[in-house]
Amino acid sequence: MSSAAFVVIAILTLAAAVAAATLQKLMHAALCFAVAFVGVAAFFFLLDAEFVGLVLVFVYIGAVAVLIVFTILLTRRDLGKDRSFNWSGVVIAIAVFGGLLWAIFKTQMLWVAAPQIQPLTVKRIGAVLMIDYVWPLQCVGLLLTAALIGALVLVMEEKR
Amino acid sequence: MGDSVDQIFIRAKQWLLSPLAHSPDWLVQIFSSLINIAALLAFFLTLFAAISVLERKILGRIQNRYGPNRVGPFGLFQPVADGIKMLIKEDVVPLRADKIVHFCAPILMAATAILALGVIPYGRNMTPFAIDGGVLFFFAVGSTTELAVFMAGWGSNNKFSMLGAMRAIAQMFSYELPLIITVLPVVMIVGSLTPDQIVAAQNSYWFVLTPWGAVAFILFFVSGLVESNRTPFDVPEGESEIVAGHMTEYSGFKYATFFLAEYLGMFATSGLGVTLFLGGWQAPFRLLEFIPSYVWFFAKLSILLFVYIWLRGTLPRTRIDQIMNFAWKFMLPMSFTCIIAAAVWHYTGRGWVGWLWSLGVIAVVYVALSMLLDTKRKFAPRTYRFAE
Repeated sequence: MSSAAFVVIAILTLAAAVAAATLQKLMHAALCFAVAFVGVAAFFFLLDAEFVGLVLVFVYIGAVAVLIVFTILLTRRDLGKDRSFNWSGVVIAIAVFGGLLWAIFKTQMLWVAAPQIQPLTVKRIGAVLMIDYVWPLQCVGLLLTAALIGALVLVMEEKR
Repeated sequence: MGDSVDQIFIRAKQWLLSPLAHSPDWLVQIFSSLINIAALLAFFLTLFAAISVLERKILGRIQNRYGPNRVGPFGLFQPVADGIKMLIKEDVVPLRADKIVHFCAPILMAATAILALGVIPYGRNMTPFAIDGGVLFFFAVGSTTELAVFMAGWGSNNKFSMLGAMRAIAQMFSYELPLIITVLPVVMIVGSLTPDQIVAAQNSYWFVLTPWGAVAFILFFVSGLVESNRTPFDVPEGESEIVAGHMTEYSGFKYATFFLAEYLGMFATSGLGVTLFLGGWQAPFRLLEFIPSYVWFFAKLSILLFVYIWLRGTLPRTRIDQIMNFAWKFMLPMSFTCIIAAAVWHYTGRGWVGWLWSLGVIAVVYVALSMLLDTKRKFAPRTYRFAE
């Protein structure tokens, strides 16, 4: 049952990802990207990591996909017309793929099952964030606040 | 006796599933989900039809006229006539529209609204889709609506649609923040994201009866009003300015689907409000517990829906800049205050002392905010700003 679901979700996710990479219209690509995110979130659901899956949907579809879509709106419209085949992109893609492959084959004990971990509850995530990783959390908060204020400053200068 | 009436839908579902007793587990699971989905759709589509005619009736009453009264007794069959009209209308798709995106937008919108309805407990043991992070699921699914609105606006290839979608996304983004943050105090106090546990925690008192709960509920309700794009916050489809906003290029059943999604979203937000603040399916007094739990839930839901309609009949449309200012300058600080007030309430013992303390925190912030936001500029001549 779960392996059948895995195959179906994998095919959908990969199809959406390929579509996002190959479609001519940028907007279609962005929307396919969102579909791919849904597929990845479904994988987390399949792995009983509901919280991570939900946060993925929440952040990546609710925020990141909308952000991408807005960015496309703000760029030039006729960008898709003179898009020739880009060889440097192929080189980068192969390099990244090779790097990932190398990392995967370097990893020891790929076939050993992971030890049984405690179920990933929201409570545990909260406790870990607030106790063990409180400093990184605060730093991220500071960074985001700075970004927010920076964005406000940018907008305010435009007004003058 | 009371128990069997209370659990009558659960029994009915078990009876429907009983022929499958010897089949594999996954088959039972699929059929169980199908029954849940069918019940959910049947009920809420009927409620949509009922509320569409009731809304027009109530609005008619408020505006001192008869509402629809031609079709059937008291005009009760009006939704049937509307449905037939919508179905047989021509479906016009603009020539330059992005066909696929244009087609998918209403579907995605309605689908997300229906998904959001799934996690709400409608009665004792009556949650169609019971998962641990139910509240989070609600918001994760709800955030997809923005993408659907954008798809509608962009796919139509129309300036009015695009402007309407931009307005809708701007206000939905701004009000999603207070909507989520006002839920946090409840989640904090209960210590769970599961709607069932939140309802169970309100066994002795509803959260709306605490100061932080009352303020959070009002903020939640206003944010929900904005999220469902209803008057007084319906600038995205302000017909005097931008035709019908992101729905300009939609006709026939696709247009009806948008309306369906809007109403389902309204039901879902009100349902979550009932679950989080008004005790869900719990009766207000022990004495009244003989009335089935789902009756209580729908009584509370109908009151909230009535307030939605009432507000629509009473308030004029606000300006978009007023809406945005209100979100960022008032709603957001107040919703953060709710979190602090809830924490104060928790650490001062959850009794009447805590009650007073949290009321004090909220009152101080409220007074400070209103003094800060008071511009002392009373009825100055309106100034206009234009894009250069």
